[in-house]
Amino acid sequence: MEHHIVLRVVAKLLIPVILLFALYVQFHGDYGPGGGFQAGVIFGAGLILYALIFGLQTIKKVVTPSFVHYMSGVGLLLYAGVGVISLFKGGNYLDYSFLSADPVHGQHLGILLIELGVGITVAFVMVSLFYAFAGYRQADLKVPPDTGHEATEKARDAVLEREPQ
Amino acid sequence: MISAHLPALQVVIPLLAAPACVVVRQSTLTWLLALLVSWISFAIALTLLVQTFFNGPMSYELGGWAAPLGIEYAVDVVNAFVLVIVSGVSSVVLISAKESIERETHIKRTHLVYTGWLLCLTGLLGITITGDVFNVFVFLEIASLSSYLLVSLGPDRRALTAAFQYLVMGTIGATFILIGVGLLYMMTGTLNMADLAQRIPGVAQTTTVRAGFAFLVLGISLKAAVFPLHYWLPNAYTFAPSAVTAFMAGSATKVSIYLLLRFFFDIFSETFSLRTMRLDLILLILGVIAIFSMSLVAIYQSNVKRMLAYSSVAQVGYMVIGISLATTTGLTAGIVHLFNHALMKCALFLALGCIVFRLNSVDLKDLAGVGRRMPWTMAAFVIGGLSLIGVPATVGFISKWYLVLAALERDWWWLAFMVVASSLLAVIYIWRVVETAYFKTGPVANTEEAPLILLVPTWVLIVANIYFGVSAVDTISFATRAADQLLSTF
Repeated sequence: MEHHIVLRVVAKLLIPVILLFALYVQFHGDYGPGGGFQAGVIFGAGLILYALIFGLQTIKKVVTPSFVHYMSGVGLLLYAGVGVISLFKGGNYLDYSFLSADPVHGQHLGILLIELGVGITVAFVMVSLFYAFAGYRQADLKVPPDTGHEATEKARDAVLEREPQ
Repeated sequence: MISAHLPALQVVIPLLAAPACVVVRQSTLTWLLALLVSWISFAIALTLLVQTFFNGPMSYELGGWAAPLGIEYAVDVVNAFVLVIVSGVSSVVLISAKESIERETHIKRTHLVYTGWLLCLTGLLGITITGDVFNVFVFLEIASLSSYLLVSLGPDRRALTAAFQYLVMGTIGATFILIGVGLLYMMTGTLNMADLAQRIPGVAQTTTVRAGFAFLVLGISLKAAVFPLHYWLPNAYTFAPSAVTAFMAGSATKVSIYLLLRFFFDIFSETFSLRTMRLDLILLILGVIAIFSMSLVAIYQSNVKRMLAYSSVAQVGYMVIGISLATTTGLTAGIVHLFNHALMKCALFLALGCIVFRLNSVDLKDLAGVGRRMPWTMAAFVIGGLSLIGVPATVGFISKWYLVLAALERDWWWLAFMVVASSLLAVIYIWRVVETAYFKTGPVANTEEAPLILLVPTWVLIVANIYFGVSAVDTISFATRAADQLLSTF
């Protein structure tokens, strides 16, 4: 990637803007076009662009695969959790009106939180899909078949553990 | 009042637990979480069944939006009965899942099995409980996607192709369902099941509604593995981890059959779906072909798991025949067979799970002499097999009995004869296993009996097979009530 200087400079300039724009789409979704899914895709695309230009290993230092898996669970937990909170506050499941003393404010808060949940999950599921495909050539082609026997198990572990070159 | 929120909790609790599994990641903890959540779901489902049986249907407005516009969860005896089947199967199988999954799946991926399992459970319970046809599609996708994942985590590489095959067929099915729902929405402007049932008669004679109906029937039949659309099932069942096969065999196709019932009898009327569209004839013919051809194919399988998979397609044939008769007895036979088949197939696949655990194979030739080395496992297999054949004092007998009664009610002696004759084919394929396991000697000399944690759930189901076969009053009364309710329109 040494000689793609234009790509690298432009990407460095663009990526912060892309991520910022994702947040704008996320939180302005109540009033304009946008929302969690679109924002998540834009955010994920920003991270993927970084990985494409600077390499898989560089991004994995900051956004580790386990963090990616973790966050894709957290988003869904946030979504479903908001529903449970409205249950505890005496409303039906996902009835945002009960989230706050003022029903209108409650509706605002509810949609904001669940869209955030959607955004987090979508962004990190995108990245995790990218990791799975981008890491495939390096890691998975040489993995011996998973037969359940102990000998091959060790060989599999060795390959799966190894960081891609 | 917590009981008013039970319909939501039925789906929400496993939905919350699934991402929690991804966050926790530790194999044993995720298993414990999945087990706990599944049993809670089972308890909720039982409560819902009792409540709907005595107090009539329940309705829950999700998000506080009233029914025709918002999503409604509508619980009545029919779907409460299916909820009990699905969550019950999941709870019992999960007990044995830990040992079996750890054996068959890479340790780094075991938490994914439980995540997929819980998502699949969420999806299946959601399909069953919801009263909104678009919501059905959403939950169907949740259940399907997670079951592709579950199949792909099987012990050898062929699981990947099996999962891909399942994905292609399943996606076609789901797309057809979506097109069907879209066409209905276009004509009626509503997605709520009860609302649809009221509006469809007015537009029932249009080509659009008929096309929508055709798409829905094809899509759901594909998911239910109704005879010529069963192509995905044998591979998926054969190559999935044993515990997953047991879970899927007891739940996934059952939920699809339930959907067929719901669409045929509640959303479209019985007269439209069975008489006008002539599905009574089509389903009857397909059902009869299924019970014979699939049992014959099962006889020639060398892999026991695959043999039982083909037998599952044959058993779906019995349910379809019950539906096609469209009488109270016929539907009762179909619905009670949902429950009974879940019990027997699940028990049989769990017994196979025990065998895989010790022998690492379910090829018929490797099972020679296993009856002496693993007496409890094979005894369970034999009783499960008897139940599959339909021997009196097992649940299989109850299903066949009601099916034969329903055929006789219409004076269709030939059908009664065919049901009995096809059971004889089941005798052949079960006997092949029994013969190999007990009367042949083979190289399994130093195999031990399976561990208790695998045997206990298997035997719980076997005892249930006998218990509900001897005193079938409860299951029959639930099934009859469900059948009556389906036949009386909204």
